[in-house]
Amino acid sequence: MAAPQSLTRSESGKVRRVVVVGGGLAGLMTVIKLCEAGVPVDLFSLVPVKRSHSVCAQGGINASVNTKGEGDSPQVHLEETVYGGDFLANQPPVKSMCDAAPSIVFMLDRMGVPFNRTAEGLLDFRRFGGTLFHRTAFAGATTGQQLLYALDEQVRRWETVDVEDDKGERVPGEKMVRKLEWWDFLALVRDDEGICRGIVAQDLKTMAIEAFPGDAVCLATGGCGIVFGRSTNSVINTGTAASAAYQQGACYANGEFIQVHPTAIPGADKLRLISESVRGEGGRVWVPRDLKERRSGRDVPESGRDYFLEDKYPGYGNLVPRDIASRELFKKCFHEQRGVYNAASGKNENEVYLDVTHLPREVLHKKLAGVLEIYEKFVGEDPYVNPMRVFPAVHYSMGGLWVDFERAQNGSLVMGSPRNQATSIPGLYACGEVEYQYHGANRLGANSLLSCLWGGIVTGPAIAAYRKNARRSAFDMPSSLFDRAQRREQKKFEAVLAMDGDENAYALHEELAQTMLVDCTIERHNATLERVLAKIEEVDERSRRVGVTDTATGKMNQGAQFVRHLRNMIVLARVIALGAKSRDESRGAHFKPEFTLRDDANWLRTTLAFHVGSANGSPDAVRFARQVDYSLLGASLHVTDAVDVSLVRPRPRKYETAGAASASAKETGDASRAPPKATASS
Amino acid sequence: MANEGRGGRSVRIKVKRQDGPGLASYWQEFEVPWHPRMNVISALMEIQKRPVTAGGQRVTPVVWECSCLEEVCGSCTMVIGGRVRQSCSALVDQIAPSGQTIVLEPMKKFPVVRDLIVDRSRMFEDLKRVKAWVDLDGSHELGPGPRQSQENQETAYPLSRCMTCGCCLEACPQINSASDFVGPAALNQVRLFNLHPSGQMHAGDRLDAVMGEGGVEGCGKAQNCVEACPKEIPLVDSIASVGREATKRMFLGWLLK
Repeated sequence: MAAPQSLTRSESGKVRRVVVVGGGLAGLMTVIKLCEAGVPVDLFSLVPVKRSHSVCAQGGINASVNTKGEGDSPQVHLEETVYGGDFLANQPPVKSMCDAAPSIVFMLDRMGVPFNRTAEGLLDFRRFGGTLFHRTAFAGATTGQQLLYALDEQVRRWETVDVEDDKGERVPGEKMVRKLEWWDFLALVRDDEGICRGIVAQDLKTMAIEAFPGDAVCLATGGCGIVFGRSTNSVINTGTAASAAYQQGACYANGEFIQVHPTAIPGADKLRLISESVRGEGGRVWVPRDLKERRSGRDVPESGRDYFLEDKYPGYGNLVPRDIASRELFKKCFHEQRGVYNAASGKNENEVYLDVTHLPREVLHKKLAGVLEIYEKFVGEDPYVNPMRVFPAVHYSMGGLWVDFERAQNGSLVMGSPRNQATSIPGLYACGEVEYQYHGANRLGANSLLSCLWGGIVTGPAIAAYRKNARRSAFDMPSSLFDRAQRREQKKFEAVLAMDGDENAYALHEELAQTMLVDCTIERHNATLERVLAKIEEVDERSRRVGVTDTATGKMNQGAQFVRHLRNMIVLARVIALGAKSRDESRGAHFKPEFTLRDDANWLRTTLAFHVGSANGSPDAVRFARQVDYSLLGASLHVTDAVDVSLVRPRPRKYETAGAASASAKETGDASRAPPKATASS
Repeated sequence: MANEGRGGRSVRIKVKRQDGPGLASYWQEFEVPWHPRMNVISALMEIQKRPVTAGGQRVTPVVWECSCLEEVCGSCTMVIGGRVRQSCSALVDQIAPSGQTIVLEPMKKFPVVRDLIVDRSRMFEDLKRVKAWVDLDGSHELGPGPRQSQENQETAYPLSRCMTCGCCLEACPQINSASDFVGPAALNQVRLFNLHPSGQMHAGDRLDAVMGEGGVEGCGKAQNCVEACPKEIPLVDSIASVGREATKRMFLGWLLK
């Protein structure tokens, strides 16, 4: 078949658009790149994009600009990222990301992000986990918010720009970006060949369900922390879109790798993050030496404090990677019962101190006010005076939709290759936390904002190339394809509205989440995981007997929407728990006390999960594969589960020793890379 | 009793409800179990799990908007006990220390979608009107951005923390059905972008956008906005600064004619 005649218009004259789902950093960056390539976009978001979960990122974004003259470089950044990730990440995408990081931060600066500055007016950088360098650019302690706003502004600008046709003439009434906010992603539209041709989504204000064609679809829908209930995630992070795509055939990779952040505030509704930047600026973690210590933190003298991270890991101290810090905190509290005494409960609670009271107030105010304010508001204590009380919380999913990449000769990516960020479903792309590519078994702090932006920068050109070379446009497909998909989703929604069982979806979610949180996070035992899986099946079965709490039609109905999200969360929970059970080793965030060592011989490989649908009411199953076979633009591609470790040779992690994370950073113990003094910089 | 929490304590909530846009509103009261560190959101979550009024009537759960739960996304803004604020940071023990009934209403300056959810899209539209962005040449590699002093950053950063929550518009007496005043949030954005070294290059366009009808002149100087802003953005200063610049531009424009 001949290529479509026009890249901007369909045969019937409609403007050919691409669908991007998700308005966080990754989605917005993809939109900007698509617009710059002349591709009009329909941008769908569950919430007004300015309220996406990216706002929650606090500490900063990594880029080896080497402003402090410490000898930092993108090569060191690459080495430390794959080392921190316990060698599970494919290295070419990581290399490309680390190489691009300085230019990404410069771009953000040009967009107007109010980054903190040095005396010379340059960007200031601070320390973060897993490195000894000052590599993290930051805007106070609300960096994610500031980055999201900068991209939101640029996308808003594109909302005012007219679409031009192939002759450069304006198409009346069509703007480069059409935003559909308060829309929930329901399903992909796939044609008979399995190619993704668009999506079905629901307008949450009216509950109307509609199908939208897209010459390609990009999911940038974030993580799935709400599977674990209370976490540092926004309540919208249910992973519903990723789960739906997985159920429609997309491969899900490394689902078992869930990052638990060491420092969050325990809470009734949410575990609010206390950024790693607090330790980057000199904050110290400790517990009282005396198990029977009754005094409040500020009254415990220096001699009575056990700075356990600094003692055990003299090389990296409080800035060991998150998986290690979380396990140590967990050990202190659970296994040794050495948490902080609480007078109301009369026992040592599962909390440790995170102390910044020794740091100058002015420095704290300039660099950490945003996060200290959260502590003050939600705990009601002044963190400038009292050591904060924190505990680990589920924070980030390293796993996610499987995406491909095309490796260049120099070990980086072939930019503009339609394979980059392509899922196993042709025409479906993914970037940001929803995919699995950049962080291996454990993400380093301040690499998530970077991977979201880099993901968008790669995905935009990949989609543009895909669209240019596609044999047929979604906008030339018969309308029956979209009508059928719309009707299928409409029926599913009506079935939810008709559910009149005795189970409450919110209460069921709490049960599922509690099990996942307690038994499928920091320490995983195979016997316990069996019980987790049994619980998942039980919740799955009971979720079919939910009574929907709201039967409203034609207007917003959160109750019915939540039933759908719950069902999708159950599916992801199964992928996570089964992945955890199969992987009999310890690597990064995945830790099994029965198998404490990393086992490269058997497990230096990506977990590839495919959905097996239920038949006759039997529960869904997961099929684990050793390869992904998919077709793209007529080519058949075969990718195995082997990890590309061609750039940095795997070796055991040893954070006890300074500089161990990077072979290129040789001069260990160098004075310029000693932990920073509180007053250093700014 | 099922709805009593730890120590038998419970929390009483009175909610102004509305089933959809343009429909009549009505009140319902709920009693939910108390938990330590409870906020208004976790109280509303209890209603989701057990949607029964204090009078024992089974109803549809209250709907509200929320996302981050740590006061950076702006979603969960509502009127609590007569004061507009985010419901995530409204801690039950602080707002009802002796068990007072907590009264929740949707914001009044925006159309209600359902119950406590309002449509704030006008605020995002206003950001287009005032061109709240840097006119970027492109996202491709163009080297480092302009150098900026620490002082400039320290002025700009607090302005940039606006989460478009709408508290300032809700509190402003000049925002009403009879006026088209753009409101403090958008004016603050004009100041923010006109401070930026590249943003400055288009300062005139932004000032032009707020010089006419509904622009900066619409401020009645009640100063409610700065009181209501949860991020303590110096909104009154921002409006004054934009006002001065607009006057200068108007005067210069008149001289040049």
